[in-house]
Amino acid sequence: MQLQEMLVAPFTEFAFMRRALAGSIALAIASPPLGVFLIMRRMALTGDAVGHAILPGAALGYLLAGLSLGPMTIGGLVAGLAVAIGSGVVSRTTILREDTSLAAFYLISLSLGVTIVSVHGSNIDLLHVLFGSVLALDDTTLFLLATIASLTLLALALLYRPLVLETVDAGFLASVSRSGGVVQVAFLALVVLNLVGGFHALGTLLAVGMMMLPAAAARLMTLEMTAMLVIAVALGAAAGYAGLIISFYAGLPSGPVIIMTAGLFYLIALVFGPAGGFLRRLRPRRHLEG
Amino acid sequence: MVKLVGLAIFLACALTANASQAAADNAGKIPVVATFSILADFVSNVGGDGVTVAELVGPNGDAHVYQPKPADAKALREARIILVNGLGLEGWIDRLIKASGSKAPVIIASKGITPQQMEENGHVGLDPHAWQSITNAITYVTNIRDGLIAADLGRQDYYRANAAAYIDKLHALEKQVSDKITQIPPERRRIITTHDAFGYFGRAYGFSFIAPVGVSTEAEASARDVARIINQIKTTKVPAVFLENVTDPRLLKRIADESGAKIGGTLYSDALSPPDGEAPTYIEMMRHNIDVLTVALTQ
Repeated sequence: MQLQEMLVAPFTEFAFMRRALAGSIALAIASPPLGVFLIMRRMALTGDAVGHAILPGAALGYLLAGLSLGPMTIGGLVAGLAVAIGSGVVSRTTILREDTSLAAFYLISLSLGVTIVSVHGSNIDLLHVLFGSVLALDDTTLFLLATIASLTLLALALLYRPLVLETVDAGFLASVSRSGGVVQVAFLALVVLNLVGGFHALGTLLAVGMMMLPAAAARLMTLEMTAMLVIAVALGAAAGYAGLIISFYAGLPSGPVIIMTAGLFYLIALVFGPAGGFLRRLRPRRHLEG
Repeated sequence: MVKLVGLAIFLACALTANASQAAADNAGKIPVVATFSILADFVSNVGGDGVTVAELVGPNGDAHVYQPKPADAKALREARIILVNGLGLEGWIDRLIKASGSKAPVIIASKGITPQQMEENGHVGLDPHAWQSITNAITYVTNIRDGLIAADLGRQDYYRANAAAYIDKLHALEKQVSDKITQIPPERRRIITTHDAFGYFGRAYGFSFIAPVGVSTEAEASARDVARIINQIKTTKVPAVFLENVTDPRLLKRIADESGAKIGGTLYSDALSPPDGEAPTYIEMMRHNIDVLTVALTQ
């Protein structure tokens, strides 16, 4: 078989591969840009914490209605938002900083989630809930993923300027506009929404990988915000495609391989990244150059 | 001080209650812990009023990946007989027994059965799902009977009579199952399920089973496996795919949609249903499975 054919044939031959690819690309369009903003705002661990926080909500939904999309999505959204916003409130009203309260909240919700799933005497292994099933995307799940991607793009287009301003210089935005708080909450809501979408395809833990790894790699490749967003999306989509192809030919589980591919991109960028990678920093550079 | 006295009184009561309960147990029923619901059903049938049965993995639970609870260790410590399947099904049981400090004898229900091998991704392992053949189930019951007699000689006649009556029922069940199977044309006896739990069933009753995930429900399917199954269904014209009560149904639904096979219903493999469900006992489970298969494959 020719290489070209090998790279396309799995998708022409199998609908489940096309669905998996469509789902991965939908995730890759929306999640990595949010990851870029999280990184620029030094909130990389927020994604992780919110990812864990989704579990008890989704588990409750699963308890009440079984493996059905709606209740698990709504449960995950509520739990994720509660933790994201709750830890922000704690950091503003108590002595604890946001990272501490995030860690506390996500540990509480993770243990709560595991307890809920276990008490149910789960007939489905917790791993399935944690890891999702990118090979088993049905119409409604795909529709959900596409809707989330579209909503996220629209919202990012609307929020772009204030979000960049707030990320780069929150003080300046506060001096010219009172939208800072709204922007921040809307942004967190988008993060939660995307992680819940990713949860259906990749599971709670790996969904965070699709958000953070392409973004971290893109951060190492350019300093320019727009380019960073575009590169992050491209890397996310490439990881989705390459991961599925590897899973198809090597017989490896799909979700983890997609995230490992994104991780590989990150490691390569770590060494060769022109904007702050390891090799770049070894070479002497001109004064004031990035 | 009042509290302390209260506590002392409470402790004293608790201790005497415990002691008297233990005495009652010695005089009466033998506490048995079975690792999962199907074994618990066997031992309840053989032990009858002579035993109290606790199960570690309950209805619809998956014995491959089970999280022990402290209450389970407690049940094991108080047990006078521990009943396991063996053949590698309960990978967690040895550690749990050791941790609980239990000295109770362990009955391996599958003892004496010729194990079938399963091959998955290159490694060969034992297939633990031996109870899916009724002939093997009779061996299980015999092993359980002997274990109960060894622990409680005084009731040996009672256990023998119970076991004989139950084995008669199993023979009748086997007859029903073979009668039903004759309704299914041999070329249609090809089935897809979510995990390879039906190796013994297939061997005993002439079905071939294909499963997208290996022997154990722990493994995650790869795109290659799923593609292979879909091709297999298409080329061999498998008429129906079946869900199991212990695994993730989403993947199998996808495979069914894509290959054109229909979803035949839910088969019970490694666990019984709750008492109000479709398969609360072993006999009802086997009957349910064969009914589901017959309906789906004869249409």
